[in-house]
Amino acid sequence: MGSGNFETTIGLEVHVEMQTNSKLLSPSPVHYGDEPNENTNVIDWGYPGVLPVANRGAIEFGMRVALALHADISPFIRWDRKNYVYPDNPKSYQTTQSATPLGKNGYLDVTLPDGSTKRVRIHELHVEEDAGKNTHGSDGYSYVDLNRQGTPLIEIVSEPDMHSPEEAYAYLEQLRQVILFTGVSEAKMQEGQMRADVNVSIRPFGSDEYGTRVEMKNINSFNYVRNALAYEEKRQAAAVRAGEPIVQETRRYDEPSKSTISMRVKEVADDYRYFPEPDLAPIEISQEWIDKVAAELPKSAKERQEYYVNELGIEPYDAEVLTQTLAMANFYDQTVADGADPKRAANYLIGDVNAYLNKTQAELQETKLTPEHLAGMIKLIEDGTISTKQAKKVFEAILEGEEPEAYAKANGLVQISDPAVLQPWVDEVLDANPQSIEDFKGGKDRAVGYLVGQLMKKSKGQANPTVLNQLLMAALKQR
Amino acid sequence: MAEQISRDQVAHVASLAKLAFDEEGLNEFTEQLGDILSLFETLQEVDTSEVEPTYSVTTNVNHLREDQADNWHQKRELLANAPEEAADLIKVPAILKGEAEE
Repeated sequence: MGSGNFETTIGLEVHVEMQTNSKLLSPSPVHYGDEPNENTNVIDWGYPGVLPVANRGAIEFGMRVALALHADISPFIRWDRKNYVYPDNPKSYQTTQSATPLGKNGYLDVTLPDGSTKRVRIHELHVEEDAGKNTHGSDGYSYVDLNRQGTPLIEIVSEPDMHSPEEAYAYLEQLRQVILFTGVSEAKMQEGQMRADVNVSIRPFGSDEYGTRVEMKNINSFNYVRNALAYEEKRQAAAVRAGEPIVQETRRYDEPSKSTISMRVKEVADDYRYFPEPDLAPIEISQEWIDKVAAELPKSAKERQEYYVNELGIEPYDAEVLTQTLAMANFYDQTVADGADPKRAANYLIGDVNAYLNKTQAELQETKLTPEHLAGMIKLIEDGTISTKQAKKVFEAILEGEEPEAYAKANGLVQISDPAVLQPWVDEVLDANPQSIEDFKGGKDRAVGYLVGQLMKKSKGQANPTVLNQLLMAALKQR
Repeated sequence: MAEQISRDQVAHVASLAKLAFDEEGLNEFTEQLGDILSLFETLQEVDTSEVEPTYSVTTNVNHLREDQADNWHQKRELLANAPEEAADLIKVPAILKGEAEE
């Protein structure tokens, strides 16, 4: 770890947009991809005289993340104003929780690539509002869309506990999974729903003082974070070896060159002039309230993986695939609860369902497929009502929202396993093909294949091949 | 009366607020802000060592809104009040990043 004789120290501040229905301080919808400024009102625009009221849902979502990260939830929260002037926020301040963050002293146990576990401590986490989006024109103007303004964020501030780009990467990936399974955000990187501010410094091994840190803001790709840190480790070590001072500054990551570029040197600390927000009521959080939120907290990915492997007999790799999204894991749990064989259900979701989602670029929850229908189809396979071959057609149908049993019946996709129905056909086919019986007795196994083919034809493909084979072989031996 | 705030501090606060003043304006606001701070200096003579700090005067603890979306459809009126708009976006003079948070 580190570069040569230096130890790298990394701290991360991660912002995640929470998918509440409405904004933190106004009832405007939280929805990505709408027409510019569609989801804004006088509160979002910071008009004078408005009286914002905080969103209970945003507080509870924040509590879920705090609980999932084992943080202590503050019994008393008041809001603060963080002042800055920039067109992405017409209020000229961000409403945040500076003095009384929602949660403190949490941790995340991170599994590292070598299989070991590292505990990254969470210094604090708090709820605040996101800003709007600025697009800089080449004409000297900026163009502002305030749809995102006021979207609730959870900011998670780690202790400087990470010591390599790989550790930071693993932390971000696993933090994302923890958040996914709280149900507060899908944390879509490409939509900017999860972004990291990175602090990195180096110091000689054994030194008890941190080196001067460099900050990089708003990186929305874990790979970029890893690349930026790898570059900074080397750059800072080279500077120290050359006797040059590390300057406290903000840099940005440049993907084409996989390097970081200085943006500005900090002459003074950021001057945000925090002060208590007078327009919002303080919040008291009782143990009862915490208990209520804890009861609503979905089971984590890790808990589910352990259950799948130990109780349902699922392969560890498959358990990981099933817990890549909360929607998939919930779908799987419900399918099993609806009576499907756990392994078959896992195979369908990992194989056919994922292939379908990839092909159509759809999210599972947007499709017409339901756990009830998938379980219904699997039960039809399990009890021999349909063959796995017939199941392919039924699967196509349940993707379109059809009920599997009704569909199979209506389309003749029913396997015939009843010997009382099959036996007369076997007798008829044998009577009609004396030559094949001779061939069979003469040791030509090919004859059996021909006879099976005739029987499948007769049953319009619906005969249960296993039962059919047994009946045919028994009948042949008697002739 | 001692100087409460320097011209440099006023210039700094003005720059944070993206405001620019000429000499006369800077003098005027230095004096006004100084007066305000003097008033607080008077208030600070009161012994408050035994008093809990007041962060909010509202007694309305846990006054919260349920998480229900309601679009007030004010976009057109709001954009009409913007200095300039272009394709439903608010058009503003570019401020270089690095001066502010996102």
